Amino acid sequence: MTAELIHRLHFAFTVTFHYLFPQLTMGLALLIVVLKTVALKTGNEEWDRAARFWGKIFGINFVFGVVTGIPMEFEFGTNWARFSRLSGGVIGQPLAMEGVFSFFLESAFLGLFLYGEKRLSKTLHWFSAVMVFVGSWISGFFIIVTDAWMQHPVAYAHMPNGQYEVLSFWQLLLNPWALLQYAHNMTGAVVTASFVMAATGAFYLLEGRFTECGCDYGHIFLKVGVIAGLISTILIIFPTGDLHGKYVARNQPASIAAMEGLFKTEAGAGIVLVGQPNEETGQIDNPIVVNDVLSFLIYGTTKAEVKGLDQFPRDQWPTTLPLLYYAYHIMAGLGTYFVLLMIGAALMLWRGRLYSSRWMLWALLISFPLPYIANTAGWMTAEIGRQPWLIYGLMRTSEGFSSTVSASNGLFTLLGFMGLYALLGLLFTVLVYREISHGPEPKAVEAVHAD
Amino acid sequence: MMGFIWFWLVAVMIVGYVVLDGFDLGVGVLHLFLARNEAERGATLRSIGPVWDGNEVWLLAGGGTLYFAFPLLYASAFSGFYLPLMIVLWLLILRGVSLELRNHLDMGVWLGLLDGIFGLASAMLTIFFGAALANVLRGVPLQADGYFFLPLWTNWQPGTNPGILDWYTVIGGLVALVALTLHGALWLTIKTSGELEQRARKVVTPLWLLLIVFTVVSLIATMAVRPTSLDNYYRYPVTFIVPVGVIASLAAIWLLNRKGQAVKAFLASCLYLFFMLAGACWGVYPTLLPATTGAQNDITLSRALSGPHTLAVGLAWWSFGMTLALAYVIFVYSRFRGKADAGVESH
Ligand code: HDD
Ligand code: HEM
Ligand code: HEM
Repeated sequence: MTAELIHRLHFAFTVTFHYLFPQLTMGLALLIVVLKTVALKTGNEEWDRAARFWGKIFGINFVFGVVTGIPMEFEFGTNWARFSRLSGGVIGQPLAMEGVFSFFLESAFLGLFLYGEKRLSKTLHWFSAVMVFVGSWISGFFIIVTDAWMQHPVAYAHMPNGQYEVLSFWQLLLNPWALLQYAHNMTGAVVTASFVMAATGAFYLLEGRFTECGCDYGHIFLKVGVIAGLISTILIIFPTGDLHGKYVARNQPASIAAMEGLFKTEAGAGIVLVGQPNEETGQIDNPIVVNDVLSFLIYGTTKAEVKGLDQFPRDQWPTTLPLLYYAYHIMAGLGTYFVLLMIGAALMLWRGRLYSSRWMLWALLISFPLPYIANTAGWMTAEIGRQPWLIYGLMRTSEGFSSTVSASNGLFTLLGFMGLYALLGLLFTVLVYREISHGPEPKAVEAVHAD
Repeated sequence: MMGFIWFWLVAVMIVGYVVLDGFDLGVGVLHLFLARNEAERGATLRSIGPVWDGNEVWLLAGGGTLYFAFPLLYASAFSGFYLPLMIVLWLLILRGVSLELRNHLDMGVWLGLLDGIFGLASAMLTIFFGAALANVLRGVPLQADGYFFLPLWTNWQPGTNPGILDWYTVIGGLVALVALTLHGALWLTIKTSGELEQRARKVVTPLWLLLIVFTVVSLIATMAVRPTSLDNYYRYPVTFIVPVGVIASLAAIWLLNRKGQAVKAFLASCLYLFFMLAGACWGVYPTLLPATTGAQNDITLSRALSGPHTLAVGLAWWSFGMTLALAYVIFVYSRFRGKADAGVESH
């Protein structure tokens, strides 16, 4: 294996694992604010206990996000030294801003939110939940700005020594790519959290838990999860996914052609629903195609010409093309399923049939891993689609990795991370499972604890 | 001018990290020895529970600042120190997870394991951080292209082709271990009460004596390894205030601790760390990373500095952002003021 491949796998593996946690952090932070707000408005103790319960899970999840996030910050230097040396003047800014503007905020208020409930007034405790939410969403923004600059570099100048520098702070932050990507990605985080919350509610109802004491946590979780789920699954396709797709098509045409499996330029291009891309023959094997739809989705008319991969020299095709194609289709396919599921669940909620419909509860329960898959697949699409560029159009991935770190040293630390993360994953699962099966504090115990 | 400003801004963030996360690490080293039972161990760890994560952010924010202000240094040092950095990352992971999870895994055997991992990871982190600083002072085998790669050790001599560990950097590691353990002990005298507080106060004196010895040894060793360390001081003799500050803060630690003025003793220890680090920075300024392969390969301030526009933009948001950050830090510490074992609560 070449050093380049190892460094790519190293980054891909660690960041994919890291992002399993922040997506729940960011989504859950929003839902906790919802729970706390209802509790504050209605004075209903149950919603407060529900918020406290999710706070615990949030806390566990946050720690795993933190410890797996720190390596990311370092890996730009350790594994991508030549890239960092030239682009640090730009990329380093949003990364440092993430630390300065959001991690300080988030960690300070999370400490207050988790440890300080008895030291703070109700309103201040609500406020710290809001600040945790704000912090985590700012953090997401800066990291997306960083990534967006690699996808679509703006506001930079090339200095004589080869380095890039920022020309405009606001243009860097308001990179249109970043705004679209942010909207889509954050919605994806809310999808994850709503599915997790709804699944937990479904789990309690299917187990018949918390019905005896008159506190209906199952109902609360399902209500919040399904409503947030309905909104976010719609938003993720339309307008955010749709707009983001159009922007990619305009700015990374080779990437969208590969995502869609469009080998040949066509007017009235069709959309491939299923089929396997074949790089050798340059066609889709066993396809099911709906005519004209792709042209319509990208340009708004069925007759527009869409550039296929044949328009691009072979060395500008995304590498690992089938993976890109599958990742994209998995994301979009799951997105379609999510909307259908949530529309169904929301209708039943509205009709008052959701809590007793065992099959729907089962469907919600077993669907909770799928948003994780969709989010991961989405990032794979974005990152592989950018290949062979590290900074789109400016620097190739083969020019960016640390040339002094040999393949075998890279392999050693990659294996080290794999081992450690396997352990972390196991630990995380056990811990969260314990918290969920323990559940929120029931009423009676609360009365004894109150002081 | 921009170079001077950013050099010291990065230095301040590093000092901020060491002073703040330093006591978390120190408490980590000590808690296995000081706490005699489960309740005491809980109280010890609660003294850092709400703050350690925020303290670690100084490392991230400092790293990010280094990244955009001195991209060449960031790229060269991080890839050159590849192996020890990865080990540091693994230790940081183990430390964070083992500290937080004891709140959620309340079962005897697991607690013992987590506490053990926490103590060991904390101790090793202090040693690695000290050794890292010593590596920077000693210099690394930089090539003309600005890159290098250090093995974990070679012949344990700080010559042209050293390893991460040699006799000099090991001394650096030990200084950090002792200094931060002392720092943690002083923190515990503020945050705990009763017997625990007494025990923490008792370990201060032996640690303090050790620290004096190691401080002196490390200063002498630094002169030997890097004979030019004092050049800046001779050029600007006022700056001899720094070694005087080291001595004065050392003396203050002991005196104040004996008088039972816990907060002031802890602040004296903060000052000690500040003077040691600032002194080291001043000793190499304006070099950022000296080369053992000849001064022409040194990574200097002017060579590593980012473009002027980047730095101007950076200065604007950085000052604003760090002011905000300081406000949160002060707010959180004031909210968690007082003994951590009074009014026991956990989440
Ligand atoms: C729950 C997660 C989820 C779901 C259901 C979807 N997406 Fe997505 N998608 C993401 C989560 C995501 C993501 C993880 O958030 C990505 C990765 C990078 C980014 O900004 O967002 C992403 C990227 C991403 C990209 C950018 C690829 C690139 O940058 O090259 C496009 C064009 C789409 N999505 C389009 C869609 C469409 C049309 C969907 C609906 C059917 C859809 N996504 C569902
Ligand atoms: C959290 C979601 C993310 C996931 C799952 C993800 C996934 C990946 C994958 C799969 C690759 C390998 C691509 C290949 O080699 O073919 C990669 C590479 C990379 N990504 Fe991401 N990425 C994420 C976010 C980011 C962000 C936010 C940034 C920038 C700040 C980033 C920067 C990079 C870099 C520098 C590489 C290595 C160079 C390359 O292979 O292009 N990634 N990532
Ligand atoms: C190259 C990619 C990435 C880097 C360098 C990175 C860096 C980090 C670091 C250092 C932390 C720990 C913060 C602390 O100590 O409080 C962290 C946590 C976090 N990251 Fe990432 N991250 C990356 C990818 C992402 C992505 C793609 C997102 C989302 C859009 C994200 C969102 C977050 C959030 C919200 C946290 C807070 C802790 C948590 O959510 O569990 N990160 N990240």
